[in-house]
Amino acid sequence: MSSSLEKADDPTKLRRVVIDPVSRVEGHGKVTILLDEAGKVHQVRLHIVEFRGFERFIQGRPYWEVPVMVQRLCGICPVSHHLCASKALDLVVGARRLTETAEKVRRLMHYGQMLQSHALHFFHLASPDLLFGFGSDLAKRNIVGVAAAFPELAKQGIMLRKYGQEVIRITAGKRVHGTGAIPGGVNKQVTAAERDELLAPLPQVLEWARGAVKLVADLHLSHRAEYDRFGTVPSSFLSLVGEGGKLDLYDGTLRARDHAGQILFDGVDPQDYRSQIEENVRSWSYMKFPFIGSLGPDVGWYRVGPLARIQNCDFIDTPLAEEARQQFRAAFAVPENGLVHAPLAYHWARIIELLHSAEVIERLLHDDALLGDELLAKGPRAKSGVGIIEAPRGTLIHHYEVNDQDLVTECNLIVSTTHNNQAMNETIREVARQYLDGKEPTEGLLNHVEVAIRAYDPCLSCATHALGKMPLTLEFVDPSGALVERLVRDGESL
Amino acid sequence: MASEKKKLRVATTSLAGCFGCHMSLLDIDERLLELLKLVEFDRSPLTDIKHCGPCDLGIIEGGLCNAENVHVLREFRKSCKVLVAMGACAVNGGLPAQRNHLDIRDCLQTVYMTGTGIRRGFIPNDPELPLPLDRVHPLHDVVKIDYFLPGCPPPADAIWHFLNDLLAGRTPTLGHGLIHYD
Repeated sequence: MSSSLEKADDPTKLRRVVIDPVSRVEGHGKVTILLDEAGKVHQVRLHIVEFRGFERFIQGRPYWEVPVMVQRLCGICPVSHHLCASKALDLVVGARRLTETAEKVRRLMHYGQMLQSHALHFFHLASPDLLFGFGSDLAKRNIVGVAAAFPELAKQGIMLRKYGQEVIRITAGKRVHGTGAIPGGVNKQVTAAERDELLAPLPQVLEWARGAVKLVADLHLSHRAEYDRFGTVPSSFLSLVGEGGKLDLYDGTLRARDHAGQILFDGVDPQDYRSQIEENVRSWSYMKFPFIGSLGPDVGWYRVGPLARIQNCDFIDTPLAEEARQQFRAAFAVPENGLVHAPLAYHWARIIELLHSAEVIERLLHDDALLGDELLAKGPRAKSGVGIIEAPRGTLIHHYEVNDQDLVTECNLIVSTTHNNQAMNETIREVARQYLDGKEPTEGLLNHVEVAIRAYDPCLSCATHALGKMPLTLEFVDPSGALVERLVRDGESL
Repeated sequence: MASEKKKLRVATTSLAGCFGCHMSLLDIDERLLELLKLVEFDRSPLTDIKHCGPCDLGIIEGGLCNAENVHVLREFRKSCKVLVAMGACAVNGGLPAQRNHLDIRDCLQTVYMTGTGIRRGFIPNDPELPLPLDRVHPLHDVVKIDYFLPGCPPPADAIWHFLNDLLAGRTPTLGHGLIHYD
């Protein structure tokens, strides 16, 4: 499954096209494409160009600082990092089981995060491609264009995101970089008044979320021929799966399926993640390349995120999202255990999760245990802990070792977008084969490459946790290696 | 009245930041639709414009951690009449500057060579990767900054208040409650 377009035989003889930065994604990345004189594509790479070094400078810090430090990896899903670090450190403080209230408050925070992030990605960032077309007018291809052409839709997107952010504010203290979770539980009780404040808009939120599922399904089905094929590459899938095989975004055990849908492993305890997942490094990106160890680096790459999760689980335990999942499977007519591999199906899966998140929030708000006042648990200290959570973009792994002086001695982070590194590279190589080969790459054609990357909702902020950021660039180099053209989208160079 | 005015052209970018300040900008919620009547976006994570053109206002999140950040910052300074450092990283370097007391080689080795679970490790090195700076710098180390908006991130109300002052032609002032640092 590894691609021949990863490395050109003789890059110095080729023309280089660069997309820099990749836009309407979070973070900084660039894409380079090498072409010969006939326009044949020889090499395509997504580079993550920034390095920040969190894994190193966390070392030597007291463990209790970690949940508020590491969330600064990413302002879009800070809650995911905040909770994932807290889950790992729960084990260090011996809280193998949280109080019922603490677990429910954390879950509420997490599903609020999921709702706001999925709304942001679809409405604010990706929807212009789907609503206006992949090669449509650059000037309109953004949220401003959506607000002008589809004002009601833009408003719904803004209000859905707002609702998720309000759930976070109430559970974490503030919308971005809150402080609600601490090792062993949470530090803030949810009051009845706060619960009621969140209950009031819920019927409207659920209605908008159902509308969004229908919109995304209709968009996919009305462009069926193109969407099913666009950049499609088969891969394995990895996610957490909850009790009894249900979709659970906060906790569970690891399950992976191969490209045919057969289980590769299941029920793997998060503490044992290293028995299954290893990482490699490439010279041309600061983002590492994880793979399933038993399969090896060439064929062991896999995908995470909404498309992995809704196909890896056996069912969804909320009725509206389960119905939407069934419709998704029926639409693709996938056989028992079969898998949909189209990257653009990520959008559909993501919005099913948005609906699911709204339903879970409703369930939690109606649970009296949410308002309890037992917030902290503890037990015998341990020296290490691994936390795994399903962040909006996929499986997130935090691993800390802590010494007797309470200082972190080792930190390993595998963020969601990193799991999709090889997959995004393979997908844009396939898009290059399908759309760029033999053609003069115009701005509209190059946006196809970005559409493929956006399907994964990459968070290049997270992915540069090493020391970093993500822009995309396209440059052309003549056969002698000299720069012929640098394609940028400022309207001046095109 | 606003419809008669020319829209203010605004560019935004995130350098060595986490996008949290941009999230806080979006946290003005439905007021975003009001803002869109008064401003138009040039380069921004929200548009597909890749390089900053002539703008009235540039808003930058994040500090400087590599050569590319410095290049983009200079492009913004050249193109924008007014340049704003938004958030802790742009103002002070922020959390990424935690690496400033460490050796960059040591950081790179820990992450790419000696860390947990790496089968074949080495430090990435390619002409396509901008070179990391030895230290993370705030924006005003390199160019003149006209306004500083503190906070990690600055609250949405502070950003809203600040933009409204600018749009109305007033010198922006943030009153009590709008400046905080966490």
